Amino acid sequence: MLLALIIAFPLAGWLILGVVGGRLPRRVIGILASGTVALAFVASVAASRHPAVSAGGLTAPLFSWIAAGALTVPAGLLMDRLSSLMALVVTGVGFLIHVYSIGYMADDRSYARYFAYLNLFIASMLLLVLGSNLLVLFVGWELVGLCSYLLIGFWFDRERAAQAGRKAFVVNRIGDAGFLLGILLLATSTGTLELGRIGSLASQMAPGVLTAVTLLLFVGATGKSAQLPLYVWLPDAMEGPTPVSALIHAATMVTAGVYMIARLHPLFLAAPLTLSVVAGVGAATAFFAATVALVQWDLKRVLAYSTISQLGYMFVAMGVVAMPAGMFHLTTHAFFKALLFLAAGSVMHAMGGVIDMRQLGGLAGAMRWTAFGFVIGALALAGIPPFAGFFSKDLILEAAFTSAQHGGSWLVWVAGLATAFVTAVYVTRAAILTFLPPAAHHGHPHEAPPTMRWPMAALAVLSVGGGALGAQAVGAPLLHSLDRFFATAPATESAPAVLLTMIPVAIGALGMVMGVFLYRGRREVTLGAVGRFFERQWYVERVYDAAILAPARALAQFCADVIETRGIDGAVNGVAALVVRAGGTLRRAQTGFVRSYAAAILAGTIVVLGYWLLR
Amino acid sequence: MTVPIGAYLALGALLFVLGIAGVLLRRSALIVFMSIELMLNAVNLTFVAFARQLGRLEGQVAVFFVLVVAAVEVVVGLAIIIAIFRTRATVDLDDVDLLRG
Repeated sequence: MLLALIIAFPLAGWLILGVVGGRLPRRVIGILASGTVALAFVASVAASRHPAVSAGGLTAPLFSWIAAGALTVPAGLLMDRLSSLMALVVTGVGFLIHVYSIGYMADDRSYARYFAYLNLFIASMLLLVLGSNLLVLFVGWELVGLCSYLLIGFWFDRERAAQAGRKAFVVNRIGDAGFLLGILLLATSTGTLELGRIGSLASQMAPGVLTAVTLLLFVGATGKSAQLPLYVWLPDAMEGPTPVSALIHAATMVTAGVYMIARLHPLFLAAPLTLSVVAGVGAATAFFAATVALVQWDLKRVLAYSTISQLGYMFVAMGVVAMPAGMFHLTTHAFFKALLFLAAGSVMHAMGGVIDMRQLGGLAGAMRWTAFGFVIGALALAGIPPFAGFFSKDLILEAAFTSAQHGGSWLVWVAGLATAFVTAVYVTRAAILTFLPPAAHHGHPHEAPPTMRWPMAALAVLSVGGGALGAQAVGAPLLHSLDRFFATAPATESAPAVLLTMIPVAIGALGMVMGVFLYRGRREVTLGAVGRFFERQWYVERVYDAAILAPARALAQFCADVIETRGIDGAVNGVAALVVRAGGTLRRAQTGFVRSYAAAILAGTIVVLGYWLLR
Repeated sequence: MTVPIGAYLALGALLFVLGIAGVLLRRSALIVFMSIELMLNAVNLTFVAFARQLGRLEGQVAVFFVLVVAAVEVVVGLAIIIAIFRTRATVDLDDVDLLRG
């Protein structure tokens, strides 16, 4: 019951705001929307304290959904250690961002529509993380995709926003097709989609089928979590309102792919090939996106590529069988990336929508809270101790090192380290270009209103203190809890070598120093030919244009010009012309003379009689 | 002496062919109509001849049907001819070619 309530609160908020939101005063809308998420958070906390959660899972069957022959799919909810963590992150960070939105969207025309979408998103995301079988999860998966589309294109009267929404939808659809195929293959080969039973099924499946299933599921993850090669939608998704970027496209929805792999880890653990693919794709994406982030001028795009890069880290963690570390990084990343986005939103709010870093600068004086928050988020992102990102990123790199020692690829670890360096450089660059003098504008920036300041402050506290969830010094409560959940996964390194910990820290610090050196005094360093290469995203989009878009356009043109006009229209017109011509020929037989008809009858009679006689 | 059946049949065939020729060759609707009657009666003659030869009644019964149908047909046919004559002032079949394609 409690589990259903968690989802019911934001869903009710969506219904109310969607139906009568336009007639409510703005203050009521904001309180209602934030209140439902706060209630969902409280319900999540209450539910996660239930003893069944740590004992294997609190379940809440809802109704029998599909009963088709051998396959029965009941709809139900499940909360165990993993989903309780996700539910808490989604509702907790979601609540803060709802509150922030009250201030950020204060002047928007479609205030009620915005909060209705946001509440629907929270409900969908909770359905995704609390679904007790893969089909329920898939429903949530599709619904969050829909909300993402709706919110990216929230300002649909802007051409670019509408296009970005469509792009996100289409690219996600490619991934979702793979995901759905994976689910169907799983259903046909095991006969069940219940998450609770999948663990015991991995051993019964043929290795080939298992590899195919996990690879297909991973295709879905690359779409939703913006990994290579399906990352292209996330940078464009920044056209949406900034709190949306913080909530959906940084903290929660894009981590759905990571969550899904963690959720199905028994399958992935039994498919070593898939695991190495996951680790490889994650490492490649992490490094690729970090380099692109280095040369972006749009602050939000820097953060978008940074998100892609950090998601790559999480996939590396999944790939090197350090699921607890991956989920830990997911949590800390939700804190500090949401903080960075909210700070960026605060900058936009103050500067009247300007987000190009070349036109910013010198904001630290006027916007102390925002600048302070951004710096804390940046330090956490760069992995400087004792900020939250340090602990989680360090664990992942350690796990990658250990995996390489045991036959994994060293490239993953090296790429992780290189990414850590580039990350520190680009986040330093962003901070310098945005907040340090000299100012490149003549506006009068103002600090954000309290509704925007306090969520940032809360996230800043979490970005500093969130590391304690996984710090060995205080017993790493989150990691221990997750270690028991991922009982099949090898326990994380309990006594990390000090040297191994020092390397990423040193690299991060070096990156920040390098960033300060390169961009001191807000110099606009372009990095020459390499910079151009990065700026054009390693020509990935151009390759897509040439390899996919151009042939697709040519095919469409061919269908329109040849198949449609000549084939289909030709067939229709040809049949009609044939009938006309045949009629024109045959009409001459109709002379209208009675006697010729009579002669024809006679001739016919003679033929028939002759046939009967001579037969 | 009795007339052999072959003579009846030959006469019937002759009358039928005459009727066909009349239908196909004459233009006047009335003559065509009379030719059709001729063909019907040629068939009647054949029926009666066979009925007599075989000593059975079915042929003669069929003749009655033909006679009744012919009488009805005359009524309808003459009515049509009169209607055509009223509208077109002719009973020449070659002038009546409304159905020409």
